[in-house]
Amino acid sequence: MSDTQLFDDLVTNTVMSRRSFMKWSAALGGVAAVMAAGEMGAQVAQAQELPPAPDNIVWSCCTVNCGSRCPLRYHVRGGTIVRVETDNTGTDEFGMHQVRACLRGHAIRQRIYNPDRLKYPMRRVGPRGSGEYERITWEEAFDAIANKLREVVEQYGNEAVYIQYASGDAGSILTGNFVTRLMNCYGGYLNYYGTYSTAQIRAAMPYTFGSYVATNSVEDIVNTKLVVYFGANPCETRMSGGGMSYSVPTFKKQGSARVIVIDPRYSDTVTAAADEWIPIRPGTDAALCSALAYVMITENLHDIEFLNRYTLGFDREHMPEGYEDQESYQEYILGTGADATPKTPAWAAAITGIPAQRITQLAREIALAKPCFISQGWGPQRQANGEQTVRSIAMLPILTGNVGIRGGGTSQRDSSYKVAVAGLPTLENPVTTSISMFTWPDAIVRGTEMTDIVDGVRGKERLDVPIKFMWNYAGNCIINQHSDCNLTFGMLQDDTQCEMIVGIENHMTVSAKFSDILLPDVTSAERYDISPNGDASSMGYAILSSPAIEPMFECKHIYDICTEIARRLGVEEQFTEGKTLEDWVRTVVDLTRENNPDFPEFEAFRDMGVYKVTNPGNPSIALKSFREDPVANPLQTPSGLIEIFSPRLHDISQRWVLPEGDLISGLPKYAPCWEGVSDPLRATYPLQMIGHHYKSRTHSSYGNVAWLKEAAPQEVWMNPIDAEARGIAHGDLVEVFNDRGRIRLPAKVTPRIIPGVVSVPQGAWYTPDSAGVDVGGNVNTLTKYQPSPLAKGNPQHTNLVEIEKA
Amino acid sequence: MATLGFYFNAERCTGCKACQVACKDKWDLNTGVTWRRVVEYSGGNWVANSDGTYTQNVFAYYVSVACNHCENPLCVQVCPANAITKREDGIVIINQDACIGCRYCEWNCPYGAPQFDEEQGVMTKCNMCYDAVDAGESPSCVAACPQRALYFGDLDELRAEHGDLAGVAPLPDPDITQPALVVTPHRDSAPVGSNAGVLANPEEI
Repeated sequence: MSDTQLFDDLVTNTVMSRRSFMKWSAALGGVAAVMAAGEMGAQVAQAQELPPAPDNIVWSCCTVNCGSRCPLRYHVRGGTIVRVETDNTGTDEFGMHQVRACLRGHAIRQRIYNPDRLKYPMRRVGPRGSGEYERITWEEAFDAIANKLREVVEQYGNEAVYIQYASGDAGSILTGNFVTRLMNCYGGYLNYYGTYSTAQIRAAMPYTFGSYVATNSVEDIVNTKLVVYFGANPCETRMSGGGMSYSVPTFKKQGSARVIVIDPRYSDTVTAAADEWIPIRPGTDAALCSALAYVMITENLHDIEFLNRYTLGFDREHMPEGYEDQESYQEYILGTGADATPKTPAWAAAITGIPAQRITQLAREIALAKPCFISQGWGPQRQANGEQTVRSIAMLPILTGNVGIRGGGTSQRDSSYKVAVAGLPTLENPVTTSISMFTWPDAIVRGTEMTDIVDGVRGKERLDVPIKFMWNYAGNCIINQHSDCNLTFGMLQDDTQCEMIVGIENHMTVSAKFSDILLPDVTSAERYDISPNGDASSMGYAILSSPAIEPMFECKHIYDICTEIARRLGVEEQFTEGKTLEDWVRTVVDLTRENNPDFPEFEAFRDMGVYKVTNPGNPSIALKSFREDPVANPLQTPSGLIEIFSPRLHDISQRWVLPEGDLISGLPKYAPCWEGVSDPLRATYPLQMIGHHYKSRTHSSYGNVAWLKEAAPQEVWMNPIDAEARGIAHGDLVEVFNDRGRIRLPAKVTPRIIPGVVSVPQGAWYTPDSAGVDVGGNVNTLTKYQPSPLAKGNPQHTNLVEIEKA
Repeated sequence: MATLGFYFNAERCTGCKACQVACKDKWDLNTGVTWRRVVEYSGGNWVANSDGTYTQNVFAYYVSVACNHCENPLCVQVCPANAITKREDGIVIINQDACIGCRYCEWNCPYGAPQFDEEQGVMTKCNMCYDAVDAGESPSCVAACPQRALYFGDLDELRAEHGDLAGVAPLPDPDITQPALVVTPHRDSAPVGSNAGVLANPEEI
């Protein structure tokens, strides 16, 4: 069979079972000896025959960006992984419990042995995005990359080189960091700040609390009376059996707290861990919080002693020095300030969709719970007005004096114990300029127009050069995970702007198709690695992955790729320090042991696979020392206090240039925004659209795995009221559309979402058909590329759409 | 000898389907053949209030279900080829060498546990990972459950610890086959036969 025929066979295979993989292996013959010939017949088995006994079992790890982190145990027979088990060590006693992988980890064989696997280095021959490539040798690839990199640095300087935000290998210490190290050996690169996950909350919270601090440990749920989750969804966003999905229901059961989830969707966290669901319209949390504050203040339920001692800006008597003439929070809430609008429950009811009476009751419940654990997920902040939302939610623990105490918190996301693992030494980046990770398309097409006060450029008033060279290691933000896929697709067509995109990937992803040089990476099953734990509450752990199989096809490890390029750029010695990859693994272990002598040595670590520790100390209480003594332990705000009114934000609001309608303000306020609940555009596009995390994918990772597509097919959630009005029944193929694009997918008609709102699970692979309809059903075909006011972050849950039957 | 059964805690289940996929990985099942499935059951109504707000009583829960290795297994009774047998420990197993692929077992099982593998032309079904059980280990679905919602063991002991509820909506009436199944209901679980909600994910099972 020719290589082309074989590839055609592979892409038409929807299931890569052991049986069909056997056929694939046989056909590959000399191309990749993934299976000893003698094994073939023995394993062509009836389904109910026993799985083949492994020759050995190898510890590895699933490294995608889910926020959990799971060890995997590969059963290897004849050089092929024939089964995947997860952590089965110990007694599973909580605190040292098994870190059990979610469905995705169990499906990883179909990710490793996937028809989409990249097999050899390639050079683009068609237009960007066409996926038309020619096979080249590794030597040709290394030369092309090194030559272009040298040319760009010589002509434009190192600021023209960008390492794209990417998280497909987020759990790995010893992969993408080598690209950073390489560039730091060669003069540096343009930095980014923020993440697609947390841009708005990380930008906004430091203005209130001095820094971004996670709230109290999740085990503190045991010590509280009431848990109020704003858009927090641990059971779908931290799905590991070592992670929050297991911990949160466990701690709820141990304690006696009532759990309320405020979310447009009845999430699986509501199913497994809540007592009550309060559905809310997207982007309106700040209106709800303002009305909760109104009830607390007018009913005298707020903690005035706490406010007077620990905060600035609550009332006229406590305004920051030099800002005495500005509006106080109390004036904004009571309607005695500039907008003359009391933030009453009736006012908020019309915005949020929550009955006024329920708002009033909720305010009393929160204020009287003593203590009350308030925590927000990262969905509410991923909005056009997200920075205002996070600061408004933070007002609830501030008003009720719940900050810094057991059972209370700061309202940010809950924290976990971590085993500290040293990073790869990546050296210093001589370039200090940075852009928001969301604004890279602008940095390509109008880089030298981008400024600090318009575009949030940091370290310089204005970019000197546009992006001319881009690295993209294990990332899908070039198209799939960035906003407005169709817009970005068009922007990247001109390859005289960004002159080279180097993609290093496992699969032919949507972003991979935009690479000018595309290199096949090994998967996590084919390499050494170290992974620190994800969010696992009171348990910390680290995983050492060993190679279970040989690199498939012509795949190479990113370290070997970077080494070859470093050699061509004359920085090999500095880059490698004469080390092999295994040497670097040992270096990271040694560096870790310098600070933590209890951490196992390399050989012992390799044998145990996963090293676990129960938090030896007490569960953390955020800002505890500040609460105990605010003078001795001030916050990192200019005043050292909690700044309800932030002078710094007020100053920014006077200086920065914002699009009309965008708001930055000293006080946390409800800010109606473009494509929000009150945008007149709803006359055309009446439905608000959000995008939830979905069990079949981590962002876009695993999006091409048959077992997972079967388990959780792509679908748009819509309420029966909205479905009926459009003649749509459960399972109907529908099209969701706005001015930016159109996607086609089945409808899940369910009461589990508030009327007027639809949700498209994020991460599906963008697949435009010949008419431009995205039949992959990617939410980002419909999201807008408009950076948020302060963070310049991604507002991917702020969208208006309409739906019709396909 | 003790009879083995499954225990399912609906309070704990998030519908994540790790059980389903761990099973498919171990037994290398094709798409379309799914021995353990996860059913979503949901219901409730929305009422629009005059001020533009809504009131609702929505609920949702999941049920993970495989072969229940019933005390009265209809599949065993109807098989014309005598290809299905019940072991002494209660595990019901299909002998695929004897199976003629007539699908009577599939039509008669109220749980839809036996499934036809088109590629092989024979019936397939959960065998409670008898190889693991014989070795003193857990079935793959049980070992995989991130939420610790799924266990297996001596049916008498499971009933002593968790009660003798053997089904919630939308599972069939346990009187039909007497499943070796113990269920802890979810706070919103509706009884077998209820029409309080609907099976909400028919396309997934």
